[in-house]
Amino acid sequence: MGEKVLMKGNDVIAEASIRAGCKCYFGYPITPQTEISHYLAEALPKIGGVFLQAESEIAAINMVYGASSAGIRAMTSSSSPGISLKQEGISYIAGAEIPAVVVNVVRCGPGLGGILPGQCDYFQATKGGGHGDYHNIVLAPNSVQELYELTVRCFNLADKYRMCAMLMADGSLGQMMEAVEFREIEDIEAIDKPWATNGMGTRGHSNYISSVNVNPDELEKLNQRLQAKYREVTKNEIMYEEVNCDNADIMVVSYGTTSRIIKNVIKDARKMGINVGLFRPISLWPFPYDELGKHASHVKAFLSVELSAGQMIDDVRLSVNGKKNCYFYGRTGGNIPSQKEILDEIVKILEKEDR
Amino acid sequence: MPERLVPKSLTDRVWHYCPGCSHGIVHRLIAEVIDELEIQGTVIGVAPVGCAYNNYEYFNFDIIQAAHGRAPAVATGVKRVLPDRMVFTYQGDGDLAAIGTAEIIHAAARGENFTTVFINNAIYGMTSGQMAPTTLPNQVTMTSPNGRDTSSQGFPIRMSEMLALQDGTAFVERVSTHDVRHIIQAKRAIKKAFKVQQAGLGFSIVEVLSTCPTNWGLSPLKAQKWLEENMIPYYALGNIKGKDIKV
Repeated sequence: MGEKVLMKGNDVIAEASIRAGCKCYFGYPITPQTEISHYLAEALPKIGGVFLQAESEIAAINMVYGASSAGIRAMTSSSSPGISLKQEGISYIAGAEIPAVVVNVVRCGPGLGGILPGQCDYFQATKGGGHGDYHNIVLAPNSVQELYELTVRCFNLADKYRMCAMLMADGSLGQMMEAVEFREIEDIEAIDKPWATNGMGTRGHSNYISSVNVNPDELEKLNQRLQAKYREVTKNEIMYEEVNCDNADIMVVSYGTTSRIIKNVIKDARKMGINVGLFRPISLWPFPYDELGKHASHVKAFLSVELSAGQMIDDVRLSVNGKKNCYFYGRTGGNIPSQKEILDEIVKILEKEDR
Repeated sequence: MPERLVPKSLTDRVWHYCPGCSHGIVHRLIAEVIDELEIQGTVIGVAPVGCAYNNYEYFNFDIIQAAHGRAPAVATGVKRVLPDRMVFTYQGDGDLAAIGTAEIIHAAARGENFTTVFINNAIYGMTSGQMAPTTLPNQVTMTSPNGRDTSSQGFPIRMSEMLALQDGTAFVERVSTHDVRHIIQAKRAIKKAFKVQQAGLGFSIVEVLSTCPTNWGLSPLKAQKWLEENMIPYYALGNIKGKDIKV
């Protein structure tokens, strides 16, 4: 404890899950996150846990559904195309109100796409992804240290709110080696789960877990309860980071890997006399709309920089609500924008805004 | 006051199933077996998508409702983390033999130590009578209005025989519910399958040939006769694997 070790991002996600009390992992191989299963195939049996390579992503998420229904902390991980296959199960997890942790080490799409990093699953992660009115908690780390901290947080939040918490990393974070300190950052509590279907034993009544209800009023009640829960999550669990925001001429909004590039862009811009701010949402859902929107009073414009064709920009616009112009710059296909590309874009935007 | 004739593992709720449907019979058999084995407190059932989706209304023990076809994956999750509990899935032919084929085959191949009760009534009941993977050749359904044409709609799948080929499968038996003698045999098979699980021998499955009078367009009595005359010749009754297991 307290000692820094050099580790690969995917290995850290795996180690973090064990430290968070995860007792079982179900997954199917897909690049660029396979190291998670390599790590857990060794580590979980050693602590009496369960590692199982499933026949598909669909089976894996449903194994999580079963283990989690039984009251045990469970995780699955995958990358974009695999996460698409898990959406049915994630929707059932939302409807049945059971905890689950899903890791998406995002690659670039659509379709089979490529194995290089992407942020093109933002819509899927934050707007539902599967069928029905539901949300997942979505946390986006930007360092190997945060892969640890936010994985642990995903388990705690999933149990606390009985919903799916998704760790949304990307291929470069998963593959990156960086120093990490496994400090005791959060209490990993054993939360009582009286709802679990673990055998009625001496409980005196049977439990059932289900997302089906053909009675319209009862199903509406479930939906109202879910929405109330989502409001509660929104009130309590928003996370973000601000860098150089107070005096910023322009506010760059960026998360994950790209936000690290922006930190260097801030330094480059300062040499040119331009004050660039970075607003980094850490919780992509709930999104920090108000916290970002309040900067509309003092910056000239907003710029969303993403490894996508423009997805989070929609939430940036909702935050700013028409008060200032919102611009977008993104790369796709696994390309990462350079500091110079982003700085050139900033200069262009400020010239336009100053005209 | 007459003696309560309902097994402890069933609730008092009245079936929503149609007259002549086998679901009620099979539910009762499972409940009786659970009572006799005294496992009500340790059993966890996994409900399907299909007419029995809400069998937690009738079963008086813990139940997880699964997505269509995914019950074997859900059961795998439960049994792997709680190996001392008794776990079973209850699945129809669309659930097990169409959309969930991958899940059931791989659960069997892994030798997952749970039991499956497979209701084969050769039709999709809940969605109003479409052709199932187990629909017989020439059988009329809403989506095979001229009878199942095997040249374009393929052949019925004999799931039990296929699952028996997996080394992880310990016990397979096909039974029927069309008369009392066969119902008694069905109960015996379900009990043995549960005991195979108790002994930790691997995957066990009982395929129950069942009636769906509503979607077959027959009276309950004629449905029983139709099952006997049409389904049994195609789906041979009897033990397929694990006959000699002593449990």
